[in-house]
Amino acid sequence: MRVSLQKDLCIGAGQCVLAAPAVFDQDEDGTVVPLADPPPAEEAEAVRSAAHACPARVISVG
Amino acid sequence: MTTTQPTPTPPTYPMARECPFDPPAEVRALREESPVSRVRIWDGSSPWLVTRYDDVRTVLADQRFSSDVDKPGYPATSIGVKARRKASRSFIAMDDPDHARHRKMLIGEFTVRRTESLRPLVEETVTELLDAMETLPQPVDLVEAFALPLPSMVICRMLGVPYADHAFFQEHSRALLDVTAGADAAKHANDELRGYLAELVAAKEREPGDDLLSRLVERRIHTGELTADDAVGMAFLLLVAGHETTANMIGLGTLTLLRHPDQAAEVRGGDPATVAAAVEELLRLLTVVHTGRRRAATEDVEIGGVLIRAGEGVIAAGESANRDPEQFANPDELDIHRRGNHHVAFGFGVHQCLGQPLARLELQIAYPALLRRFPGLRAAVPVDEIPFRDEMVVYGVHTLPVRWDTAV
Ligand code: HEM
Ligand code: SF4
Repeated sequence: MRVSLQKDLCIGAGQCVLAAPAVFDQDEDGTVVPLADPPPAEEAEAVRSAAHACPARVISVG
Repeated sequence: MTTTQPTPTPPTYPMARECPFDPPAEVRALREESPVSRVRIWDGSSPWLVTRYDDVRTVLADQRFSSDVDKPGYPATSIGVKARRKASRSFIAMDDPDHARHRKMLIGEFTVRRTESLRPLVEETVTELLDAMETLPQPVDLVEAFALPLPSMVICRMLGVPYADHAFFQEHSRALLDVTAGADAAKHANDELRGYLAELVAAKEREPGDDLLSRLVERRIHTGELTADDAVGMAFLLLVAGHETTANMIGLGTLTLLRHPDQAAEVRGGDPATVAAAVEELLRLLTVVHTGRRRAATEDVEIGGVLIRAGEGVIAAGESANRDPEQFANPDELDIHRRGNHHVAFGFGVHQCLGQPLARLELQIAYPALLRRFPGLRAAVPVDEIPFRDEMVVYGVHTLPVRWDTAV
């Protein structure tokens, strides 16, 4: 699974951290940072859930 | 000459609820039969009401729909909200790039992890309030004793309001939200609080502490990115946006749990994952911000097969999206074990609630603590005697008298 992040669109809502805490974190300023890139296979469902939840459509899964 | 069908008068929005726990039946009918359709609102205009989950998310994620109250066609929630948004312009009513510039100054304060560090503070506040509530003669109004003070005390601590001023702060933010108080009293409370926050910002400039306002002063005002006046506006937005919403989730959420004793028992049990899921489910089912997110189209955009033209208003009805059976199985049921609950109770798109990690933390601590402290907690009056907030921007209960079993 490949994940791309359009960081400049991030509004720091943190939905990704709730949905996939092993894959996403937020930096000091609240912007998303990947913890595991590419994410481990067992996180695929969580990553998809994060992509769906992200209000600013920052996360795309390919 | 052309003959046109007479256009039927659109239904008035918001509609009246039949049941205090469900959105109006007419909203459901529109979602089924005409998911993007015109409604009439208080000012006589006819914006589009968007009722399906997918369409609501599409609208809110598309910045061609503006949050600026001054844009042509913007369907304001009420004359009062319109006046407030114009008078104290904050980023909730701005579009990008201004919105993003302001919001980004605050998102570091509301990250999931940072908010988690506030847990001891919220727990302490909850304990303090429940201790006080326990000493009161029954029945006790849960709204007054617990639901309203909790979010205001927490925001006080975050902003860095000195403890000695908490009572003042509490009293005036209560008055600000009190509908029975009349326009003069509300204006007075508004002026008092703004004046207070302006002094507080000045105090933080002289003597910074370890709090949100001091950090704004140090990192944003001193660098010239933000004026002191803007900082006051931000603090005020945090206060207003977080107070009534969280308070009503506590009030109406507790009442809802009490009507589902089995699920309440699980919440009382306190397993963190169960409690977190229960909070999401209550947010979805109750959708206390219940009369839609308001936007104005700045370009022609097609939504759900309907062409919305530049200059027309759009109401993205979250209360309807959160009950859409295409997205949520048995949408009208409370099911604290629901999976994949991507509700829109906090909105969607760039304006999605900034304070949501804090709101979640407060609710996740408040419900189990309350249920644990008061065995046999119950409403002291029948449901039809409870005053619901139908006419308010944030739905919930005005008061909720409760009783509980006392140890013998
Ligand atoms: C359960 C409680 C809450 C609910 C249901 C709620 C709901 C919402 C909703 C629906 C929006 C979107 C507005 C729009 O799209 O126009 C919003 C925005 C916002 N909320 Fe909350 N909120 C809650 C608690 C809080 C708290 C505790 C805070 C802060 C202390 C807060 C601060 C904000 C701010 C600053 C915005 C504007 C964000 C922006 O425009 O970028 N909210 N909230
Ligand atoms: S959910 Fe989206 S907007 Fe929110 S922090 Fe994650 S990437 Fe950023």
